[in-house]
Amino acid sequence: MPTITYRDALNQALREEMQRDPNVFLMGEEVGVYQGAYKVSRGLLEEFGAQRVVDTPIAELGFAGIGVGAAMGGLRPVIEFMTWNFATLALDQIVNSAAKMLYMSGGQFPMPIVFRGPNGAALQLGAQHSQAWESWLAHIPGLKVVAPATPADAKGLLKSAIRDNNPVIVLEGEMLYNTKGEVPDGEVLVPIGKADLKRDGKDVTLVCHSKTVTPTLKAADQLAEQGVAAEVLDLRSLRPLDEEAILGSVGKTNRAVVVEEGWPHAGIGAQVVDLIQREAFDLLDAPVLRVTQADVPMPYNKLLERAAKPSPDKVVAAARRVLYLE
Amino acid sequence: MEALSPTMEEGRLVKWTKQEGEGVKTGETLAEVETDKAVMELVARADGQLLKRVVAEGATVPVGNVVAYIGAPGEKVDGAAPSAPAAQAGSGKREAGSVVPVAAPAAAAPAPAVAVAAEGSRIKASPLAKRIARETGVDLNLVRGSGPGGRVVRRDLEGARAQTASAPAAVAASRAAPVPRPASPVSTGAPYEDIPLTQIRKTIAKRLATSLGPVPHFFLTTEVDMERAAEAREALNQELGDQGKKISFNDIIVKATALALARHRACNAWFQDDHIRYWNEVHIGMAVAVEDGLITPVIRHADRKSLAEIGAAARELAQRARERRLTPDEYTGSTFSVSNLGMFDIDQFTAVINPPEAGIIAIGSIVQRPVVVGGSVVPRRRLRITMSCDHRVIDGATGAAFLQTLKQMLENPLAML
Repeated sequence: MPTITYRDALNQALREEMQRDPNVFLMGEEVGVYQGAYKVSRGLLEEFGAQRVVDTPIAELGFAGIGVGAAMGGLRPVIEFMTWNFATLALDQIVNSAAKMLYMSGGQFPMPIVFRGPNGAALQLGAQHSQAWESWLAHIPGLKVVAPATPADAKGLLKSAIRDNNPVIVLEGEMLYNTKGEVPDGEVLVPIGKADLKRDGKDVTLVCHSKTVTPTLKAADQLAEQGVAAEVLDLRSLRPLDEEAILGSVGKTNRAVVVEEGWPHAGIGAQVVDLIQREAFDLLDAPVLRVTQADVPMPYNKLLERAAKPSPDKVVAAARRVLYLE
Repeated sequence: MEALSPTMEEGRLVKWTKQEGEGVKTGETLAEVETDKAVMELVARADGQLLKRVVAEGATVPVGNVVAYIGAPGEKVDGAAPSAPAAQAGSGKREAGSVVPVAAPAAAAPAPAVAVAAEGSRIKASPLAKRIARETGVDLNLVRGSGPGGRVVRRDLEGARAQTASAPAAVAASRAAPVPRPASPVSTGAPYEDIPLTQIRKTIAKRLATSLGPVPHFFLTTEVDMERAAEAREALNQELGDQGKKISFNDIIVKATALALARHRACNAWFQDDHIRYWNEVHIGMAVAVEDGLITPVIRHADRKSLAEIGAAARELAQRARERRLTPDEYTGSTFSVSNLGMFDIDQFTAVINPPEAGIIAIGSIVQRPVVVGGSVVPRRRLRITMSCDHRVIDGATGAAFLQTLKQMLENPLAML
């Protein structure tokens, strides 16, 4: 199985889907001539031409709206935001148009659109460029939201997203583009709505997604040294959530820690906790704890930023608390 | 009225130790209360003045009822006192009603981690722990919680024993004076005298009514030759000389029983509705007559204790049983029981099983009897042991096999040491 970067996995997904279906096109800032702000769309302009790889001005609301119109007209747009922080400007088109169009038109206007881009913090991008969007977007009925953590999941989920007839949000990550992983050859789709058990265990369930998967796996290693077999569940999909996988795991371990990179208040992890306490109450030996970003705008200072983010130590500490080991 | 023991449903206020108008501090004794097990102290849970004593001496009230008011001096107490719901019997969770409504800043007593539920607190247990307790019949009141705030969590139940109910007439910790004895029936000229059941008698009655009735008993008697045991005991006690307390026949019997049970796990079991718990540990309940009743303190791991250790444990437990100072840990959890009426010249008798145990042996007196040995009739010291078996757990042959082993051990005591 080839080992490729997350970036190349996305590139392959785009290329394969654009080859497969002439209605699929890519639009966003720097996607064409510049080969992509993060080089995700490298080589696509050359292969598919300017009609299908469209460079836009810095006008997120504008080109998101053009995407919505194109989808209503029968095309399958992939709208790239240079980072999801800039999508604040396009929210009206995402939330009020894309999410609601099928519903409000009584099914008359299809909306097979994908909005994708890097989400959350990177390194010292500062408060306005480190926003995590899971909670905002997963809140909206009419949208599907996925957050692949690995190259294989990135390729499989982007393909599924492009083929899905609903508006799908794909949350990537600047810090993920360079990560490498095995990606199966050929046509492999990862279904939307299915989590992935990244590590099997029995003592505690650690729920995570996207950039928190790596520190959570590291925490699981540390816990293993302390005699605790932690199970790591990568959600992959945030809306819909894989409720069966979450509850199945908690049923096995009787305790859970939910890790996320957003802020605590009304964060995506709160939804997972609600699910667990509601459906698995009698199976819980301890309250469900969360590990989140600190409830502050992301600091610019390197050390403060590191302190504000979830880390393996924080996950280990939370796991030990639910195990009554402290 | 607080739940001063896990199974207490009502308390009889024996004596007030504070007067109305007296100042009280948290922790001071307000009254002596007789529970189903012992006379215990009802303590103040707040500082203030004892404004009103609601319950008269001698009255019995359910757990949860208001018995008194503590407040600031001069404060008005209204007539209607809210009574918190009385404790539920038999469930794993108990509510102890708020005893003393307090106007001054309440010094809330922290819920102790063991047995007794304090005012206004309920048992903290994780949902999983509650479920496990329910399924295995563990009384959460008796489990020490290791989680935050004394929360009982799964690992606390991994060592706890299943309790369906406490041992008959079990006695909780008490620092109070002994109960005034119920008058022994003395002829006063009246045709009869009604003496209300004391708490301990109520408990014995309730417990044993759930034994002989529902439990299908059958009885096996065997006569054991105690000559060798008597010789061994004399020799051992001579060895001890003045150093330690003497070893009694009871100690020897308890040890032999424990060893025999270790070999006959089928008799060392609890009947549990839909399953039988075969214990791999041996804890012998030793029936002890206390004033006005009976209680069974437990000698833990009797199979692993030496005769001297058994003797010491038995003496200590019996002493504290008579003083009604046993803790719940000390009168619950036995896997088998021994009842000895030998000191009362009883040749043999049949004992009632302590549920959920599967068996009990009744020890009679050691008496010289004529026995045929080698063709002649000789006097030998003999002991009749009667085993009562729960036929749902122990069949005739199984019980007989155990008794045979017990008999062999008692007749060859050196094999026991």
